[in-house]
Amino acid sequence: MKVKRTEDDPSAETRTDGGSGQFDWRGETTTQISRWDRYKEIYEERIYKPALVAWDDSRTRWGSLILLFYVLIALVALLDLWRFPATSQAARWMQPWPWGSLAYPLGTTKSGTDLAALLIHSTPYILILVTAGAIWATGIAVFVGTVSGYKGGTVDSVLMSVSDFFMAIPGLPLVIVLAVAFSPENPVFVGVIITINYWAGLGRSLRSQVLTIRENNYVEAARTMGTSTPRIIFKDVLPNLMPYVTVNAVFAARYTIFASVGLYFLGVLPYKIQNWGVTLNLAYNSAALFNVDYAYYLIIPMLAIMLLSFGFILLGQGLDRVFNPRVRTRMAGETESTVEDDDEDTGFTEVM
Amino acid sequence: MLNYLTKRTARVFVTIWAVATLSFGLIRLLPGGPFTQLRIQLLRQGLPAEQVEERIRNLQNIRPDAPLWQQYLDYMGALVQGNLGVSIRLDEPVVEVVANAAPWTIFVVTVSTILVFAIGISIGALQAYWEGSRFDKFFTGLSMGALSVPFYVLAVILLFIFAYNLGWFPTSGRYDHSIENVWSLAYLVSVLRHAALPIAAYSLGAAGGQALAMRGNSIQVLGEDYVEVARLRGLSDSRIATRYVGRNAILPMYTGFLLLLGFRLGGTIILEQIFTYQGLGLRLFQALNQNDYPLMMGTFLVITVVLVLGVYVADLTYSRIDPRISQGDEGEAY
Repeated sequence: MKVKRTEDDPSAETRTDGGSGQFDWRGETTTQISRWDRYKEIYEERIYKPALVAWDDSRTRWGSLILLFYVLIALVALLDLWRFPATSQAARWMQPWPWGSLAYPLGTTKSGTDLAALLIHSTPYILILVTAGAIWATGIAVFVGTVSGYKGGTVDSVLMSVSDFFMAIPGLPLVIVLAVAFSPENPVFVGVIITINYWAGLGRSLRSQVLTIRENNYVEAARTMGTSTPRIIFKDVLPNLMPYVTVNAVFAARYTIFASVGLYFLGVLPYKIQNWGVTLNLAYNSAALFNVDYAYYLIIPMLAIMLLSFGFILLGQGLDRVFNPRVRTRMAGETESTVEDDDEDTGFTEVM
Repeated sequence: MLNYLTKRTARVFVTIWAVATLSFGLIRLLPGGPFTQLRIQLLRQGLPAEQVEERIRNLQNIRPDAPLWQQYLDYMGALVQGNLGVSIRLDEPVVEVVANAAPWTIFVVTVSTILVFAIGISIGALQAYWEGSRFDKFFTGLSMGALSVPFYVLAVILLFIFAYNLGWFPTSGRYDHSIENVWSLAYLVSVLRHAALPIAAYSLGAAGGQALAMRGNSIQVLGEDYVEVARLRGLSDSRIATRYVGRNAILPMYTGFLLLLGFRLGGTIILEQIFTYQGLGLRLFQALNQNDYPLMMGTFLVITVVLVLGVYVADLTYSRIDPRISQGDEGEAY
């Protein structure tokens, strides 16, 4: 039976979990708190305070709003609130709204397809692809980085040789060869293939952080007490890495957009719905490249890509601040001390 | 140091061997395998059926009827002798095709990577020096904006503005074919003019990323005690900026540099396609579209070897600057 500790019940602190009202001589339960309180504390420490710090930064605010905007667009597509793209559904080469008709706000393509419909209906696909790529790349990197950094010895050298090997292969050519071999259409699978060797660099930089963390007293204490390795990694090592991992997941997402749209642009990935990359490729191969009047056909899919990645970059830069524990407590209104530190370096450079 | 050198050199060979093995395996993953497609093509070209097997063997250094281990040994044996097979479409040895394309790609990637670091480091350092100023804010915004533009989007924009609409730069190619003399100034100018847009497209976004990294590092180093001590000792500002702050801020960017090199070499496959710049990336892309498997695996292998060698050279240089590397950081095993 669990004892609920409430503000108006001061005796609750010394009650036994048997609930019999006897005094707890061994003092076993003095530190025991109810599940509710624990969840509340976890919520405070892990979600509320970081969210407060993050939200205070205008970059995070704008970044989240941009991503929310894309999620809403994806919902519009999923709920079928906008017409489906089809050739010759309107006149060809219609200009976007202020110059053209409001019925086709982003204009129409060379073949008379609604450009807005093209962008809207490929958003869910792109978002799934990006999420899959980011989760896969960071997941593998966290696994390799923590295990290899914590275990050391043979495990370390084997894992590091593997990641060195993946770092030695130039990313895109391998991805393209794999894309031709498997011709993947499932967005999750595409995301996984695209980040097939992106995790290696991140895994390496996580490893070097773990090398410092594992020398901490509490990790050593846990080890002396005979705590199992997976438990130490989950309970003692990983929480220290979480902010860094979050920031890098955002960068991995940005890489996945760049690479996937690039490959769709090249035309090496198969597709069912014309996504931004395919649209960009069609625009590149149309008269839009020579004619300023048709330039909107090139610019609009570009803007879709750039705004999404800009959202991710803003979010990544803003989340950086969650790193700093001093800023965090000050924001939550617990202390009013300390100067505001500037954003720290993430240590892992963005590529492409 | 010598021990480190031997180990590092051995790793180069092991990596190249591993990538060659991977490429041997990859050919077998491709649709229809390495031979089906080729057999159909050769038969369509009107070659008698009995000569087809012989041709395949010549093209790929592989006997299709031999057991797998025999094929593997043949393939590796040919590689060691510098034989990458014969391109199906171009009917030229792959080695010649690659030798013609590789220098151009290496030229573009090297120049743009140097530019990325030169621009990124100088702007980032100035930003850190004038932290919080209008200059700092402007360039932070600019860097973040530049980072959100994929290089191929920038490439298309530059091509649209400067090549198709203004006509200041050529739209495709590596040099002006009307110039006969390779050693003339006109030839050099035409090479630079053709490479200018690809290099610019490939440098700007990445430079923004490096500027942000350099700014963060420098601000951190500027807060260190030894910088304060150096100031108290009355050292000149320029000496503090270069010897104390600059060097320590640049060193952590090294790992990023290695990663960047790999992704940049791979990215040429998109870049060169946009500018129709006949380098390794475009060759790989064309080979892929034409099912030219020998050429495809050959270019893939050469791009990897270039990267492995580049990282090797960078590693050796770095271990000269930062002696901690060559001493190794082997930790205790738990």
